Amino acid sequence: MEYVKSVILLFLYTVFVVTPALGQDMKVTEKVLPNGLKVLLKEEHKAPVITFQIWYKVGSRNEKLGTTGMSHLLEHMMFKGTKKYGPKTFSQTVMRNGGNDNAFTGKDYTAYFENFAADRIGISLDLESDRMQNLLIDPKEFLSEREVVKEERRMRTDDDPTSTMVEEMTAAAFIAHPYEWPVIGWMADINNITRDDLYNHYHTYYAPNNATIVMVGDFDTKAILPQIEKYFGSIPRGPDVPRVAAVEPRQLGERRIIVKKQAELPAVFAGYHTPDLKDKDSYALEALQGILSSGKSSRLYKSLVYEKQLALYAGGDYDNIANDPNLFYVYAGVMPGKTTEEVEKALYAEIEKLKTTPVTDEELQKAKNQIEAGFIMGQDSVFYQAMLLGQYETVANWKLLEKYLENIRAVTKEDIQRVAKEYFSEDNRTVGILVPTKN
Amino acid sequence: MKLTRYTLLIILTVVCQFSQKASAAELIGKRISLENGMVLLLSEKHDIPMVMVNMAIKAGSTAEPEDKPGIASITASLLMQGTSKRPAGRINSEIDFIGGSLSVSGGNDFASASLRVLKKDLRTGLDLLSDVLMNPVFDQKEIDRKVKEILAEIQRQKEDPDNVAGEAFTKAVYGRHAYGRTSDDVAAYLPKLTRQDVVNFYSERYSLNSIIIAVVGDVNEKEIIGLLQEYFKGWKRSDQPLPASIPPLVIEKTVVRKIDKNITQANIELGNIGISRENPDYYAVIVMNYILGGGGFSSRLMDNIRDNKGLAYDVHSVFSAQKESGAFSVSIRTKNESANEVIAETLKEIRKIQAEPVSDKELADAKAYLTGSFPLKMDTSAKIAGMLTFIEIYNLGLDYPQKYSAMINAVTREDIKRVAQKYLHPDSLVIVVVANLEKAKLNY
Repeated sequence: MEYVKSVILLFLYTVFVVTPALGQDMKVTEKVLPNGLKVLLKEEHKAPVITFQIWYKVGSRNEKLGTTGMSHLLEHMMFKGTKKYGPKTFSQTVMRNGGNDNAFTGKDYTAYFENFAADRIGISLDLESDRMQNLLIDPKEFLSEREVVKEERRMRTDDDPTSTMVEEMTAAAFIAHPYEWPVIGWMADINNITRDDLYNHYHTYYAPNNATIVMVGDFDTKAILPQIEKYFGSIPRGPDVPRVAAVEPRQLGERRIIVKKQAELPAVFAGYHTPDLKDKDSYALEALQGILSSGKSSRLYKSLVYEKQLALYAGGDYDNIANDPNLFYVYAGVMPGKTTEEVEKALYAEIEKLKTTPVTDEELQKAKNQIEAGFIMGQDSVFYQAMLLGQYETVANWKLLEKYLENIRAVTKEDIQRVAKEYFSEDNRTVGILVPTKN
Repeated sequence: MKLTRYTLLIILTVVCQFSQKASAAELIGKRISLENGMVLLLSEKHDIPMVMVNMAIKAGSTAEPEDKPGIASITASLLMQGTSKRPAGRINSEIDFIGGSLSVSGGNDFASASLRVLKKDLRTGLDLLSDVLMNPVFDQKEIDRKVKEILAEIQRQKEDPDNVAGEAFTKAVYGRHAYGRTSDDVAAYLPKLTRQDVVNFYSERYSLNSIIIAVVGDVNEKEIIGLLQEYFKGWKRSDQPLPASIPPLVIEKTVVRKIDKNITQANIELGNIGISRENPDYYAVIVMNYILGGGGFSSRLMDNIRDNKGLAYDVHSVFSAQKESGAFSVSIRTKNESANEVIAETLKEIRKIQAEPVSDKELADAKAYLTGSFPLKMDTSAKIAGMLTFIEIYNLGLDYPQKYSAMINAVTREDIKRVAQKYLHPDSLVIVVVANLEKAKLNY
């Protein structure tokens, strides 16, 4: 009984403390330059560092079968030189100034970043404005880098049996939308991409009107804005980018794929089509994800891993930061001596429970507290803050973040039950099973 | 899913290396010896209502009896599985309810515990942290469950070729040294593990005077001292010395280990025993390694093997410098058919840095990065907590960030050649290749 009491006390305390924070002011300055480039600036003076990120609205969603993986390969080529700066100078210039740089590509975006001591940030402005318009894509460099990307694919996917299975499962879940193919591209497609394909891709999507600059860190907004305008303001606006018109039709029955590959243990993944963050159901689905898989007291871990000892790991992953509706994954790795059938059944039992029985007040509050604490703690990192702003702005609008906690707090038990019933049906599910072979 | 251009991973963290740029004489934190015997490193940061607590406990692999490999790690993970006040499930639900995180895990020299909570939940967090450290019950059912889980995890990791290569490399380089305990050793021991083994390890190694505690965040000195005295009140002291260290193998002639797997890439791990963090050559070694393979796209290995030849996505070298000598290792994954070429190029680069002085530009660039990136090494609470712990472990002084630049800048081209000759052994090293051996057709 003592346990229950202390939990209730905690519960009231938490609610009391967080309520005044309704409607989070993100303290972001937004400015759109005449050429369409959007700039988001957030001052953070706790450490003498700045993260500079530039987000282009292009990813594997903007590709076609036969040349999938183009956005990612182009991301690699962005480090291979312009007229002004030679092929190896980008990262070396950044590092010589004590900075770190890298880039990443997703289904909906390609982003580049540098993290610097605050006094070096001019280097980002110079280098990024240069490669937004002057990339060379040298044919010889291109051929060599394409081999690097093939090695990357072998490493991340081809020699990792679970990744291979998830790639195929995702491909089966979509029949009419480009979320079907992997960001890195199919191997044959990577091999098929030409230097000119990339050059066209670059000129179609790399323009100020298709990009967002996000800076978070130790700078003065009033002083940095004219600097940004100086470097980026003269880059001409590009033509509007081609629209992605694809719409995934409603799924009319379960799809199953099986991958047989050299592996040690089986794994089961199931993906349900769910809305993206622009839909108000996304808040209930985020809270539901917390209840299913956030922490060791969450339902999937507690039931499949701890109590039943059927799974080595288990969880859920809701891909909602996306332009178009994507998947909510639930998954588990099978313990030696157990079967995929048992594990799959146990996963669905947890899903069914969400539909038939309301979650407890305590569980819902726990999920909300976890999301809220995560949001607050995330502010410890300038990089993470910029990342969140960049992702939201690229697929929707960063201002959704200002209402984010408010919307999470408003989620009810009934909402959870309703979205579980609506989206987690057998007909809306694609299942992937990894069947280990010995060789 | 996101793909990054390359994985910078440990290259830059080489078990923590920082450089400095801050001109202010401001120390990174404060060192306080508590009345109860604990050492506290404190850095107040009041911008976010959050507190981060990091602990290093002298209960890593080097504290293990040789016939009980893995006891350090399993003991650490069992601390969270039930105390005299709380069953396992309740520890998890209490920390989850406040949106915090709490974990304890093993390591080579130290086990570590880490707690992250909102300021308003600091009491709850410290109550949980002290409870798991001071009052674990080691229930037999929990031990059985954990053993099964670890054995399954070891099995699963065998499908990761990179991991298989790492394990074989570790065994071949360290031999019977505590750093050389592999998951195969652990898997052989676990079925024999008894509850008494765990209880003994715990009571010998977990005590007030075996821990270093770093606190970063929204607390003041008086408050945190009071809380730590309160929550760790009555904990025992223990003065068990560490077991004698077993020297690593002496390798006189290159050892090659080939492991066959039906995969598309050769996973290559190559290197030799390196240096400890306390070695005075540490700074010269860090600069040398940056130029050779630690410096991402500024390194020779990356330039040669990835940028010029397109043979790999990631190539990097690391000196893992800890209490005792760690390994120097180069890791590369390339398609099976290129394995011979990649090994040859790597050995060529190692021999070159031993034979010829590095250029002035290479040296200047390496120093500029290592010293100039200092602010990035302490831009989050977790990084500051890690650095404070590191400074205490190696007795570097709280002005270490201020001193670091001078030590890096003192390194000369001659130093680099000297340490390359002393610590790289291209003719007596370990080469591990996990690949489709039929396709790789190794010459080695």
